Amino acid sequence: MEVEILARIQFAFTVAFHYIYPPLSIGLGLIMVITEGLYLKTGNRQYEVLTRFWLKIFAITFGIGVATGIIMEFEFGTNWAVYSRYVGDIFGSALAAEGLFAFGLESAFLGILIFGWNRVSPRVHFISTIGVFFGSMFSAVWIVVANSWQQTPAGYHIVGEGFNARAEVTNFWEMVFNPSSVDRIIHVWQGAFLAGAFMVLSVHAYYLLKGRYIEVSKKAFKISLALATLISLTQLISGHSSADGVAVNQPAKLASMEGHYDESAPADLYLFGWVNNETQEVSGVKLPGGLSFLVHQDFNEPIVGLNAFPEDERPRQVNAVFQFYHIMISIGMFLIGLTLYASFLWWRGTLFDKRWLLKIFAFSVLLPQIANQVGWFTAEMGRQPWIVYGHLKTSEGFSQEVSSQQILFSLILFLVVYTLLFLLFLYSLNKKIKHGPYVESENPDEFLKYV
Amino acid sequence: METFLGINYPTLWYLVVGLLFSGYAILEGFDYGAGSWHLFFKKDLSRRIAINAIGPIWDANQVWLIIGGGALFAGFPVMYATMLSAMYIPFMLFLMLLVLRSVSIKFRSAEEMIWWRKTWDIIYFTSNVLISFLLGVVLANLLQGFELGENYSYKGGVFFTFLNPYAIMVGLTTVALFMTQGAIFLLLKTEGRLHARLTFLLKKGMIFFIISFAITSLYTLLFLPGISDKFKEYPVFFGLPVLAFLAIANVPRLVSKKKYAYALIFSSLTMAFLLMLVAFQLYPVLLPSSIDPRYSVTIYNAASSQKSLGIMLTIVLIGAPLLGGYFLFLYKTFYGKVKLDDTSY
Ligand code: HDD
Ligand code: HEM
Ligand code: HEM
Repeated sequence: MEVEILARIQFAFTVAFHYIYPPLSIGLGLIMVITEGLYLKTGNRQYEVLTRFWLKIFAITFGIGVATGIIMEFEFGTNWAVYSRYVGDIFGSALAAEGLFAFGLESAFLGILIFGWNRVSPRVHFISTIGVFFGSMFSAVWIVVANSWQQTPAGYHIVGEGFNARAEVTNFWEMVFNPSSVDRIIHVWQGAFLAGAFMVLSVHAYYLLKGRYIEVSKKAFKISLALATLISLTQLISGHSSADGVAVNQPAKLASMEGHYDESAPADLYLFGWVNNETQEVSGVKLPGGLSFLVHQDFNEPIVGLNAFPEDERPRQVNAVFQFYHIMISIGMFLIGLTLYASFLWWRGTLFDKRWLLKIFAFSVLLPQIANQVGWFTAEMGRQPWIVYGHLKTSEGFSQEVSSQQILFSLILFLVVYTLLFLLFLYSLNKKIKHGPYVESENPDEFLKYV
Repeated sequence: METFLGINYPTLWYLVVGLLFSGYAILEGFDYGAGSWHLFFKKDLSRRIAINAIGPIWDANQVWLIIGGGALFAGFPVMYATMLSAMYIPFMLFLMLLVLRSVSIKFRSAEEMIWWRKTWDIIYFTSNVLISFLLGVVLANLLQGFELGENYSYKGGVFFTFLNPYAIMVGLTTVALFMTQGAIFLLLKTEGRLHARLTFLLKKGMIFFIISFAITSLYTLLFLPGISDKFKEYPVFFGLPVLAFLAIANVPRLVSKKKYAYALIFSSLTMAFLLMLVAFQLYPVLLPSSIDPRYSVTIYNAASSQKSLGIMLTIVLIGAPLLGGYFLFLYKTFYGKVKLDDTSY
């Protein structure tokens, strides 16, 4: 196979695998900050039990997140050498800032967070929890800034030509606050909060169904339900704002997301559908003029379609972008419905009476995970064929000296190691959940005396 | 070219990158070194203690690699891209081993079964040794130079070229140096029987190091002519190998006096002096081309723009004290002998 294709498969595989874990770490970090804060405030030890329990799971997700993240950092150099030389001047400062400000904070306090219970005071421990949480939030900021710059470059100029061409910073803050970064950082943070909140909802719904750890589970469930409701609703806002940005900055991506081909015509909004790239037709259920309305608040306003772009400057996998995008939206809508309904029952005081609802929650952990993955696939595949939007093509960005045998070798290595990693992750997750937050024969207060 | 305190930006950034990688070598040096002794401990309890000695800090130590990598990408993108793509196979192996190593730390003690622990022990030991070895191998390849043509294109072999005799020698020396460093660190963190055994092992480690170091140095002087030339030009720098030697010679004395913390400082100094030697040797080249020196990657043709370097130096000036603070706090919290409790691995 071609080097370019293999390099893309490898990058997509490794980054998608990596991205299973960071959202969980960020989201669980927030939950722990809340429960530990409540513990310090109220002195109720059930919150301490919850914090300690989720910390154990957090330690696993964080660990795998770090291990797979280091690989990402070096993969730019190994597989995307031309691209790395091109963007180094810009990307570099974001990565350097990420390392110093974010990963340093995270990793140093992680040791205290996990191993420090008996060594530091509760207050200092709480500060460490906050430190790790902020660290993970910052790291998301810088990496998303870097990615957003490659989607919507700003604050730079191009120097040199041909092989020696590269982007150089002219204005640091313009580079950081490029047109898409703020929207996307918020959207990514929220996606991470949802991943964490639904993980907690899932596990405690499972306990409630089994009739175990009832009291702490109800507490944890309510906290994360409140969080999940708030974030699902606001996720719609940041997502809409992202889409508005895409309409302005990456019209070819927007057109792919809805399968809109006509050079200039009012565009429809699909509930679901199937795009045929050959005939340029979409079959499915639609709201005529809906996209035009969302972008311009007018059903008849024309929107630039794919045919307005030269063949080699628009995404080829239109249907894939379309499907990924619609899966994300559908999941987003479903989560809004689910959390609103559950909150309504909570208000009525019957939240824990409906077993079918708890069953849905027990499986709900998968939904934000899927939405996060397909969200990135939409953003990245919609950017094609550009690796740096409007400047460098993906087909020009890969390492010229690396052969397809080499990549095949590393790809197989990744497949083997990551499969092992994923199995270990599932195994230890399962074990921690089965074991539960404390020994059931004791009440949490008693339990903590022996810890 | 812009300067700060009379030093130009690329040189300053060269120092920053050098410091970060030295910090990585010194700190992860004792982590990897401790792991490279793993199978030399027979009892399960000893192995657990050894792992928990690095338990709360290895993740933080690893950050030096991450920041170093970021700094290299940021300051010298051409170097980052050229080195990583040319050394594709060793780096992929290195990364994969890093993953296996961290996984084995996390999962080794999760189950009681003997086969489970044995398997992870072997993976842990092997990955630590091989990681150290590969770091040495990459360093040796840097010193020898790559077959770089015009536009930094790599012309050399891709699968096994990196494993030449010199690289193997430097690789083994690195393993020995890390093992020395690791044994001293474990002496600082343990007591009782394990401690006694480590005192014995450290002696073996130092002998291993001195022999491999002597052979490698000899080989360097005889077969890598470029290196001795630079010394003739600046004889002052003969001081560096001498200092490295004096520092390591100091270690047995301090260990016999049970001053382990000082011993650790001195073995770290050895490492620092050796790395300074490498840095001095190369400067201002980052990656020599063995085809034609004109094609070498240097700190000037590899550097980011002055503007970008200026921004990043500001970031470092703000970030470094913060990072130092976190590390002090972390090391202070976990100072002293290992005590196993319910949070341990
Ligand atoms: C800092 C930059 C950056 C960041 C934060 C991400 N990506 Fe990306 N992505 C790239 C930089 C990049 C890239 C280097 O630019 C690639 C490699 C090939 C390409 O076309 O773009 C890419 C490609 C790429 C592809 C392949 C697209 C294709 O070849 O058709 C997928 C599926 C993803 N990415 C998915 C993700 C996911 C799941 C991410 C979440 C962590 C992610 N990306 C974050
Ligand atoms: C392709 C781009 C990416 C690269 C190069 C990358 C790089 C890294 C590296 C080097 C680490 C290890 C850091 C440590 O030791 O603490 C890491 C972990 C992490 N990354 Fe990524 N990352 C990428 C994508 C992302 C994205 C998009 C996010 C944002 C949501 C993210 C969030 C995190 C977090 C929070 C961690 C800490 C570990 C964890 O929480 O699991 N990463 N990443
Ligand atoms: C509810 C309606 C939602 C809308 C309208 C929406 C909209 C969007 C848009 C337009 C993008 C592309 C942005 C770009 O390419 O610049 C995007 C990306 C993304 N979405 Fe959503 N989204 C929604 C829900 C969700 C949910 C529920 C999640 C996860 C739990 C999620 C996670 C992501 C992620 C991780 C990305 C990639 C990062 C980014 O580009 O911002 N989205 N979303």
